[in-house]
Amino acid sequence: MPHIVIHQEKAADPQALTGLCPFGAIEAVDGKLSINSACRMCRNCIKRGNGVFELAEESAPGVDKSAWRGVAVIAEVEEGAIHPVTFELIGKAKELAAKVKQPVFALLIGSGVSPLAPRLAEYGADEIRVYDQEVFRYFRIEPFTAAAEDFIRKVRPSAILVGGTPAGRSLAPRLAARFRTGLTADCTKLDMSETTDLDQIRPAYGGNIMAHINTPRHRPQFATVRYKIFPIPPKTPNPGARIVREELPQEKCVSGIEVLQAELKERVRGIEDAEVIVAAGRGVRKPEDLAMLQELADLLDGRLAGTRAVVEAGWIDGRCQIGLSGRTVKPKLIITCGVSGAIQFVAGMNGSEKIVAINTDPEAPIFNIAHIGICGDLYKIVPDLIEKIKRAREE
Amino acid sequence: MNITVCIKQVPGTSQVEIDPGTGVLKRDGVASKMNPFDLYALETALRLKQRYGGEITVISMGPPQAQAVIREAFMMGADRGFLLSDRRFGGADVLATSYTLSQGVRAAGAFDLVICGKQTTDGDTAQVGPELAETLGIPHVTNVCAVRGADENALTVTQDMPLHRLTAKIKLPCLITVEKGIFEPRLPSYKLMRATADREVKILTLDDLADKDPAHYGLNGSPTQVKRIFPPEKSDGQERWNGPEPESSERLFRFLADHKFLQKLG
Repeated sequence: MPHIVIHQEKAADPQALTGLCPFGAIEAVDGKLSINSACRMCRNCIKRGNGVFELAEESAPGVDKSAWRGVAVIAEVEEGAIHPVTFELIGKAKELAAKVKQPVFALLIGSGVSPLAPRLAEYGADEIRVYDQEVFRYFRIEPFTAAAEDFIRKVRPSAILVGGTPAGRSLAPRLAARFRTGLTADCTKLDMSETTDLDQIRPAYGGNIMAHINTPRHRPQFATVRYKIFPIPPKTPNPGARIVREELPQEKCVSGIEVLQAELKERVRGIEDAEVIVAAGRGVRKPEDLAMLQELADLLDGRLAGTRAVVEAGWIDGRCQIGLSGRTVKPKLIITCGVSGAIQFVAGMNGSEKIVAINTDPEAPIFNIAHIGICGDLYKIVPDLIEKIKRAREE
Repeated sequence: MNITVCIKQVPGTSQVEIDPGTGVLKRDGVASKMNPFDLYALETALRLKQRYGGEITVISMGPPQAQAVIREAFMMGADRGFLLSDRRFGGADVLATSYTLSQGVRAAGAFDLVICGKQTTDGDTAQVGPELAETLGIPHVTNVCAVRGADENALTVTQDMPLHRLTAKIKLPCLITVEKGIFEPRLPSYKLMRATADREVKILTLDDLADKDPAHYGLNGSPTQVKRIFPPEKSDGQERWNGPEPESSERLFRFLADHKFLQKLG
C-alpha cells in the first residue's frame, strides 16, 4: 500500500501546510508535521506541498505485524455491571493469545467503572486499561471512540474483539474506519494463525454459506461477536494482572450528542436466559397455532421463540426472534417446529446443547445440525406430545 | 433540512451464487429489491421533509441495474438520485463500501443529515452506517426508534438500546440509522412514477469522485479478504426419526423424560 513520507526539513511553515488537507489529517505539533488516521490518501498534499510530502510505494504491502501485539477486548458496561459477552470474549481472547504467546488486554470505558476492573482480571485479562470519567456516563460515540483510539495507539493490539451488542456494533465500525482497517461482524468462530492473522468465520451472503475472512495486511484486526456465541470461561485468578488508570484529555471529550433523557426500559426476561426454547417457523400455518407451541413451552418451563419470518409476520415479538438479526440463544434444549433452518437462524442457535427439529421436509437444512431430526408433521406430533406430558403429570 | 438517504439493492431471495475463483458474490441476474430496512430510512426522511422542508437525495452503490431502487425511491418522494457504479468499486468490503459512499455523498452536494437503514438483508452486518459517519467526520446515533423534532442546528431522536430508551439531541450534520417500524413506509405512488419517469439518476464513477485513487475502492481498498467459503458443518451424534408421527412423539416424550426435561413437573 502506498503511504506518505514527510520531509520535515523542507517545511518552512508547518502550520500553513496543515491547511492542505481537505480531511484535516495533517497536524503540526511543535513545528513537526504528522499525518493522522483521517488521511484518505487523496494526495492533495503531495501535489501542492512543494515536495514536503512524498508518495512512497511499497512493493510488499502491509503493516509491520510485529509492531502490533496481543488480543484486546473492549468491555461493555450496562447499568453498573459488566455485560457477560465481555467475559466470553476474554475467554476467547486468552485462547487466541496463547497460540502466539501474547498478552490479553481489556479496555474499560465508563463513569464510575473503576471498581469493575478487577472482575476482568478474574477471567484472565493480563492488563486492564480504565478510562473512568464523567463524560462516559452515556454511550456517546465520539468520546468512546476517542478513548478506544487512545488505548489502541498506546497498546497497539493485533486483534480487538468487541461484543456484538448495539453499542459494540456502533463503536467497532467507527474505530475500524478510523484506523482504516478490517472489521468482521458477528463471527461465530475465531482462531489465531502463527502470523497473528485472525481467522474469522461467519455466515455470509444470507445463504447457506460460511465465509473464512482474514485481514492480512492491516492492523489492528476488528471482530464483533454476538452474546452467547462463546462460553463464559471458568474464572482463572490472575494476580499479576495490571490495572492502569488512563485519562482521555479534556479536548478529546467533546461530543455533538447531548443526552436529554435516559429512560430505563421495563425488564423483559430475554429468550437468551431460557433453558428450554420452542421455536416456531414458517411451517406454522396461522398465528392461532402458536398457542399449541406456547403450551409445549410452558410444560417444559421454557420460552416460545421464532424465526425472522414469524416475527416479520407480526405473530411474535421481535425480542423473541432467533438468528443473526435477532438473538443468539444457547439453551439446554431447543425444539424447532416447522423451521427450515436458514443459516441466519442456525447461527443464532447452533450452540444449543440439544437440538430437536420437527419438519415435514426431509431435505430441510435444519436436519444438518439437529441432534434429533424428526421428519413429520408438527400438527400431529406436538399435540400428541402435549397430551403425553399432561397425562404423566396427572399420574 | 437536506437529507441524504443511503439505500441498497439486495437479492430478492437467499439463492445467491458465489464466484468460486474470487469468493465474491455474483449479483448479476438475481431478482432484486430495495433492502427492506432502507424503506424505513427513506420514510423517516420524507416525514422530516414534510415538516421542515428541504430536499431528499438518495444514494446507492451497485451495478447499473441498481438504478431500479433509486427509481423506486423517486416514486416514494425522493428528489434526487445518485448511483455509484463503476467496475472498480466491485468486491468492496465494509471499509471500501463506506469510503466509496462517503465520496459519493460529498459529490452529491451539501447535506444536514444522513439516514441509513438498520442493516441490509444480504450482508446483515449493520456496519456501513457508523463507518460512513466516521469517514464523513460527523457524529452518529444508531438504533433510532423515534424522531422527536429538529431545528436548524440539531435533531432530537430517541434511541432504543437494550436497557434504556435514550433521548438525545444531535448536532447537525450527523448520521442516524433507524429501526424498523420507526414509521410505516408509504407505497410507491403511480402519480410520482409518472411524474419522475424522466428524472435523471446520476451515475457516479470513480472519475466523478474527489479521490480518484483506485487503490481505495473495491477489492483493492478492502482490508478484509475472503479466504474461502464453505458449507456449514454437520453436527455429530445425529439421529433421524422418519417413522409415523405417533411413534416419533412417543420417542420424543421418552427422550424428554430421560434427559430430565420433565422433572419440574414434580
